[in-house]
Amino acid sequence: MFNAYQTTTLQFNPTECNGCGMCYTVCPHAVFNRNGRTITVAHAENCMECGACQLNCPTNAITVDSGVGCAAAMMYAAVTGKREPVCG
Amino acid sequence: MSETNDRIVRPTTSVLTWANRWDHILARWAINRMGHRVEPGLYALGNPTQDSPVFVTANYTLSFDALRSALGGMNAYILVLDTQAINVWCAAGKGTFGTDELAQRIEATGLRDRVSHRVVIAPQLGAPGIAAHEIKKRTSFKVEYGPVRAADLSEYLTRREATPEMRRVRFTLRDRLAVIPVEIVGGLIPLLIGAAVAYLFGGWVSSLAVVAAILAGVVVFPILLPWLPTHDFSAKGFLLGALVALPLVVSSWQGNADAVGWLRAGKAIVPLLIFPPITAFLALNFTGSTTFTSRSGVQREIFTYVPVMAWMFAIGIALMIGLPIIRMIGG
Repeated sequence: MFNAYQTTTLQFNPTECNGCGMCYTVCPHAVFNRNGRTITVAHAENCMECGACQLNCPTNAITVDSGVGCAAAMMYAAVTGKREPVCG
Repeated sequence: MSETNDRIVRPTTSVLTWANRWDHILARWAINRMGHRVEPGLYALGNPTQDSPVFVTANYTLSFDALRSALGGMNAYILVLDTQAINVWCAAGKGTFGTDELAQRIEATGLRDRVSHRVVIAPQLGAPGIAAHEIKKRTSFKVEYGPVRAADLSEYLTRREATPEMRRVRFTLRDRLAVIPVEIVGGLIPLLIGAAVAYLFGGWVSSLAVVAAILAGVVVFPILLPWLPTHDFSAKGFLLGALVALPLVVSSWQGNADAVGWLRAGKAIVPLLIFPPITAFLALNFTGSTTFTSRSGVQREIFTYVPVMAWMFAIGIALMIGLPIIRMIGG
């Protein structure tokens, strides 16, 4: 109740993963866990969908519908019909 | 820019002057928004040699200054990307602190002739814009992601490894206080208009209430964020706004003692309908200033709460106008 942030668009496919650990390195919210060369999604609920892991995954094992979690930008885009602007 | 100009190496230091600090204050208050610019290109900190490390940053004064001041006493190269005077994280989200820009900047500055190694150290928060493996392919440079905060760089460099804590983004009270000025500047025009309109319709008490509801959203809300109950920003905002509106409810209830029960209750409930949606809307807008809200989560918040805000506000205004009329007719 009163939590819109429980689900995430982050999807991790372990069969594509080569264990390089880049996702673990770039994630600012410790979503991934690394055990040797085994990567798991440990805290999906912390994902802010920034897209850093997807962009830095060399084997395309990660997909995430990334974007900026900014209500002002989204509402502005919805009202004006423009592409979601990103502020500075 | 001409080829020769691109290959210029500009000198810089780790010292922040009073002019730099003044520039930071102006940037924090969103004054001269696009003026906090550093010329993109290659900079020499101290006397770098071909073995010196190369750090990448944005051409925004706060980013550039945070980096160079954290590298006190070091000889290094600083590669400044053109992010249009926007900080690393936001520019990465936009793609201006991005793979193409970094690859082109490495080429244009002739970095491979300046250093013998093939490593650039980028801030971790540049990762949403830079594909490290792509840079390696295009330029032969390896992108090493340093810590989130420039302040952790010296510790990072001694071990060439970031602790899990260095890799985490927080949103401490200090961080939240730092973004309040921008929130205030952003809310200033709505505040003045709202206060003026409220004064015309309901006198200075209403005017003050509008100011209180807006300040609650842009100042009090960011401070109290982690301690307000529920997870959603809008729900937190509604609660805070209700608290702010409460004195008005009480004073209205006491001031209309001669009115019929339902009319008295109706008038008392009006502030609870009008003001909390204002605070809640501003609270929802604060999502963009935080370091952890996801796009899909914010989207769900918008769909869930914005209709509620609109309905409450509309009903509140309708009651505010309608109740006195009903009373005149013979309530």
